[in-house]
Amino acid sequence: MPESRSAAKPLLTVEHLRKVYESSTGSVEAIGDISFQMNAGELVVIVGPSGCGKTTLLKCIAGLLRPTSGVVELEGKRVTGPPPNMALVFQEYGRSLYPWLTVRGNVDLPLKHKKLSRAERDRLIDDALVAVGLEHAAKSYPWQLSGGMQQRVAIARAVAYEPEVLIMDEPFAAVDAQTRADLEDLVRTLHRERGMSILFVTHDIDESVYLGERVVVLSKSPTWVQEDLSIDLPADRDQLVTRALPRFTELRTHVYEQIQRAKRGEAVRPGATAA
Amino acid sequence: MTLYTSTVVTPRKPSRVWAKIGENTAYALGLPIILLVIWGIWSSISPAPFFPSPLVIAEAFVETWIGPAFVNDVLPSLARLGISIVLAVVLGIAAGTVIGLVRWLRELLEPIFEFFRAVPPPVLIPIVAVLVGANDTMKVVVMVTGAIWPVLLNTIEGVRSTDSVMTETAQSFAITRSERLRFLVLPAASPRIMTGVRQCLSIALILMVISEMFFSSSGLGYQIVFFQRNYLIAQMWSGIVLLGLIGVLLAVIFGFVERRVLRWYHGVKEVERA
Repeated sequence: MPESRSAAKPLLTVEHLRKVYESSTGSVEAIGDISFQMNAGELVVIVGPSGCGKTTLLKCIAGLLRPTSGVVELEGKRVTGPPPNMALVFQEYGRSLYPWLTVRGNVDLPLKHKKLSRAERDRLIDDALVAVGLEHAAKSYPWQLSGGMQQRVAIARAVAYEPEVLIMDEPFAAVDAQTRADLEDLVRTLHRERGMSILFVTHDIDESVYLGERVVVLSKSPTWVQEDLSIDLPADRDQLVTRALPRFTELRTHVYEQIQRAKRGEAVRPGATAA
Repeated sequence: MTLYTSTVVTPRKPSRVWAKIGENTAYALGLPIILLVIWGIWSSISPAPFFPSPLVIAEAFVETWIGPAFVNDVLPSLARLGISIVLAVVLGIAAGTVIGLVRWLRELLEPIFEFFRAVPPPVLIPIVAVLVGANDTMKVVVMVTGAIWPVLLNTIEGVRSTDSVMTETAQSFAITRSERLRFLVLPAASPRIMTGVRQCLSIALILMVISEMFFSSSGLGYQIVFFQRNYLIAQMWSGIVLLGLIGVLLAVIFGFVERRVLRWYHGVKEVERA
């Protein structure tokens, strides 16, 4: 990693993570052996072939699932349950926002136990809603909004929570292409202007290259890290300019080939034996 | 950065709101009025001793219920009914929430529930009367034992089927137990709970009448049975009409509360249908 801050401790460490699902019909090894690190202020994108256990990995990192073996550490502390300094944005925005609360109520809910004054909470909520461009919709209910706007509410909720790390699980898979481009730029803006550390999971190769400073390519299940690729595109990204760069095309092609190799199972896990 | 469409809700004009209320009232009262007119005509064409005309019943209604009987019979009945409904709803939701959240408790209790639910509460009246005496408590106990079931079972089911993504959201934001109960579990279960409450109301009303048929000397149910046994037909009918009116009143109150509590739910359904 060329840009790694060698002295700084990594924000998030995943070490030899393995997850086996036990079921009545036998056990399924979803994740084989995943190790990677993420520094504070980084935007890391995880991309992999479909069904490669991306969501399982995220749930293990978020403390929602217990890994079979291996360690997840956030700021040097081992994750055993959902850590308080982490926020999640799910793919299913319709099921992650509470329909009985207004937009404002949804953003406010995780702040309730943060022991902040009413004024401080209001400031955080207003600030987050402005950041995602929804200040006019505070009193609406989520179901009165379009899909893209609902996902913005979920992002605002995470922003107001002021987490150390923001985890996004295929957040734009269910919105249309134009909205998606807007939301990608929103994520870039949050990362650039607020210095948020974001771990972004997607199955979209273009999206991974466009968003990430690093792209972690996963193999097919049982999953391991096939490549940890640093994206040397200018930090200022633009849907038209960046995507037209020759370097963008190169990186995109590279990741695409990696994914194809992953799907065919051609890549060989380093250190893995025939067993 | 981007363009946003503003939200889609625009308030209705007040004049249209009144027109809508007028229309709804016409629909609500139209059929009852037509039926009363038919009944009135029918009873004057072929008078029958057990089916007096609506006018006779109306007269008996005023005579019977407007006066001391209202204070001595109707109000105590309504008070017992009200207390029982509140108790059944509160106990049902509280127990249902606990049982819905705790898996082993649910598996332990559900077979027993099937048994007790099948026991018709009226058969318990003599037993309860022996245990607590033939008094108001007995009547309330009978009403609650019958009316609690729909609330309890619907709450259990509603709490149990809280959406998994919503639960994970609450977990990931480290939302505390009490907050989760108040802002996730109960609101998520509220559509089911309200279904249970609706059934609870009608069961409570039926049991109000039945509980007053035994060991009683006052109350709406007692009066109706008294009129029946003494061939005071018009008075008996007027009591039945009063019961119906109480039912309508309960439905109106329920509708009012339901619209408030489930505003979001009806909104979501409307959006889904559109």
